[in-house]
Amino acid sequence: VDLAAELLAGKVAAGARAIRWLDDGDARGRDILRQIFPATGRAHIVGVTGPPGAGKSTLVDMLITEQRARGRRVGVLAIDPSSPFTGGAILGDRVRMSRHALDAGVFIRSMGTRGAAGGLSRATYDAAAVLDAMGYEVVIVETVGVGQDEIDVVALAHSTVIVAVPGLGDEVQAVKAGLLEAGEVFVINKADREGVEQTQRHLELLLHLRAGRAGQGAWQPPLLRAIAARGEGAAAIADALEAHRAHLTASGEFVRQSGRRSEQQFLSLAREAALAQALERATPELLVAVRERRIDPYSAAARLFAAAAGASPPAP
Amino acid sequence: VSVAAPTSRPLRVLLAKLGMDTHTVGITVVAHALREAGMEVIFSGLKQTPEAVASAAIQEDVDVVGISSLSAGHTRSLPRLARLLHEQGAGDKLLVAGGVIPPEDVPLLTAAGYARIFTMGTDTREIVAYLENWRQQRLTADAAVR
Repeated sequence: VDLAAELLAGKVAAGARAIRWLDDGDARGRDILRQIFPATGRAHIVGVTGPPGAGKSTLVDMLITEQRARGRRVGVLAIDPSSPFTGGAILGDRVRMSRHALDAGVFIRSMGTRGAAGGLSRATYDAAAVLDAMGYEVVIVETVGVGQDEIDVVALAHSTVIVAVPGLGDEVQAVKAGLLEAGEVFVINKADREGVEQTQRHLELLLHLRAGRAGQGAWQPPLLRAIAARGEGAAAIADALEAHRAHLTASGEFVRQSGRRSEQQFLSLAREAALAQALERATPELLVAVRERRIDPYSAAARLFAAAAGASPPAP
Repeated sequence: VSVAAPTSRPLRVLLAKLGMDTHTVGITVVAHALREAGMEVIFSGLKQTPEAVASAAIQEDVDVVGISSLSAGHTRSLPRLARLLHEQGAGDKLLVAGGVIPPEDVPLLTAAGYARIFTMGTDTREIVAYLENWRQQRLTADAAVR
């Protein structure tokens, strides 16, 4: 069977298997990516991030419903942390989205971070490309609960929704500086909670400071309220996302972002290949020497790459 | 001396409950045991229909579907799930079940495609060992094919 063709025709099982290969680092996944590349770059990739307990999954569930009402097919990548000790993970995000289980216009995939830092999993970029090529018009990427600077999703997504909640204590803790500089749509979820006015004022102030730094014609992030558990606020968020997409398209930024994603992918693949190539040359003796501290790691790495470069000079 | 490969292939397991019961202690304990064993455990929610579980299993491309059943009705819903997976081209997934399942129902479920029924009181280590053994056998078979 031609998995790439099936995937491009929107066949769920084919897309699901391709993502599995990509997640597992199976070489067949990369062949698929090569074949589907021309069909990518169409989807609106939306990041949803925020601290743990902000209600991201419930908000995504609500956004799926809203996007479906607007006639869009929706792909979701829900990332949860893998254990750094065992590699295992409990991926529970789709529980909150279970009402979409039988909607053929919705594809939900749970992914463990598998050692990646930054709030995404190693294969999130590739998985987003698969969903894009399958014809999902909106691809929502829900990050792990983030702390301070785990904002890799910003580089992946066209539009990033930052989810805050009232009453997380120190307001600066609730949404860290890195997130504030990054997001395009801000949502105070659980807005029926005490402390919502305080959170609103705090975010308004920080967004005001950010607006002062931004140039003319820059996107002004809206600050919205939602109660995702009751489905309240979905339309305003979807409107804001559409406005942001229109803004990106009008400025040519939508296409430029796709280009930057390709560039990042290229660099990360090149890094991976270079590392693999160099490690192939790593003699057991060198590794033993590092472990036994007979050679410092800096010199060992330099020696390894010097050997790699010497043995096969790059083609001009 | 070995350098850790830049790839990892954890077993992916969908754990789900069919039917109306909301007893989650057993499924939660199993989930944690599997996570400790390095597996990726996906929850699809409570009160799921066989159709919803089949859809989740395919979207998540899991290796194993584990059903926890603590109410009657498993003699209908479990075979139905197996049939749906088969019909949708996902018959390669390992099907197991556990919970309150009377011994006299086991042959019916085995015939429906369930490889193993873990009855009440099963040690989680037994479940982990069973899945790891299955994975090992499948890796060997895959290697032979490719």
